[in-house]
Amino acid sequence: MYAQMVKSDVPRVKGLDEMGPEERAFQERIDAGQKIEPKEWMPEGYRKTLIRQISQHANSEIVGQLPEGNWITRAPTLERKAILLAKVQDEAGHGLYLYCAAETLGVSRDELYEQLHSGKAKYSSIFNYPTLTWADIGAIGWLVDGAAIMNQVPLQRCSYGPYSRAMIRICKEESFHQRQGYDILMKMVKGTPAQKAMVQDALNRWWWPSLMMFGPSDEASVHSAQSMAWKIKQNSNDELRQKFVDQTVPQAEYLGLTIPDPELKWNENKGGYDFGEPDWNEFFEVIAGNGPCNAERLGARRKAWEDGVWFRDGLTAHAEKVSARSAAAAE
Amino acid sequence: MSSEWPLWEVFIRGQHGLNHRHVGSLHAADAEMAIHNARDVYTRRNEGVSIWVVRSADITASSPSEKGPLFEPSNSKVYRHPTFFDIPDEVGHM
Repeated sequence: MYAQMVKSDVPRVKGLDEMGPEERAFQERIDAGQKIEPKEWMPEGYRKTLIRQISQHANSEIVGQLPEGNWITRAPTLERKAILLAKVQDEAGHGLYLYCAAETLGVSRDELYEQLHSGKAKYSSIFNYPTLTWADIGAIGWLVDGAAIMNQVPLQRCSYGPYSRAMIRICKEESFHQRQGYDILMKMVKGTPAQKAMVQDALNRWWWPSLMMFGPSDEASVHSAQSMAWKIKQNSNDELRQKFVDQTVPQAEYLGLTIPDPELKWNENKGGYDFGEPDWNEFFEVIAGNGPCNAERLGARRKAWEDGVWFRDGLTAHAEKVSARSAAAAE
Repeated sequence: MSSEWPLWEVFIRGQHGLNHRHVGSLHAADAEMAIHNARDVYTRRNEGVSIWVVRSADITASSPSEKGPLFEPSNSKVYRHPTFFDIPDEVGHM
């Protein structure tokens, strides 16, 4: 998922009978499947949780461009370069849809950027891993975008209208991302033994971080329970992780690859795979800023923002001058 | 710190013959840039044949609390719908 461990600021989930009339009416609308729109009354916790989740999601789309952008100039053919460029451009677009959705909740774009650049707002742990070979670009599309889709499809039904609509647009475009990644890998596994080994190496490095994208088990989390009551989260992290594994293992088999998990085994009773536990210490380290590429990613974001100040200011000055001139001409 | 570019609402005509429809918003320094950005953000897959942009600050919206007074009066006027009137079959299509 692109948003991991979003906190909800509530000690526990309230029952309808414990709520005041406004909150109760709000919860009943959500229970009835109605969408909440900007400027309508909402509990402060709902607003804050959504801002956190949507901004984390938007930040992930934006930071997610960096590991892939690294390979635009190194893509093996002109066609692959054009495809990767289009994919990275989509990620920028997805970030923008989501920032706009967050802004309808009363937070400004500059505040959202400031929170990302200062480290106050998070982005997905997955983008703090390096892209060492071309096979990594295939693995990201297949696994990372695959895991993202798993999470984003239910978010299309989110109770907050602008977020739900942004997710519908995003999901329409996301399938291209996963398929282009798998396509890269299908080509490579039919190549030389060295190329095939490169694909296996990419899977070995990306498998566990991809499973961590769903976040730690949240069966007992009050934050998740509240987010589910508000319908800004629909499935538990474990449910989605299980679905992802069940979907991905046959795809790995088709490529002739081995999933790097000795505990992976088909379980006939549950109709799904049993699999090992990701290294959650690693996950918490990466979230805390100590992953392999955290400093590099945030550094690149800050530099792009700071280096662009003169340009943004120049365009603002130009726009002001033009509008002053046309106002003067109208007099 | 420089000031934030204004926010624009974007409306796209999906096909010839359809109305422009609100698709989202974006930031731009001026209207021309808002059109260019809207092209890149909202029509990467042939979604449109025409774009409108309008500064968000220039939109006047009805308030959610007015929903009752604004829209409830039309609830009781069922005779505005053609199905309110029973026309005998013998009359034919009307």
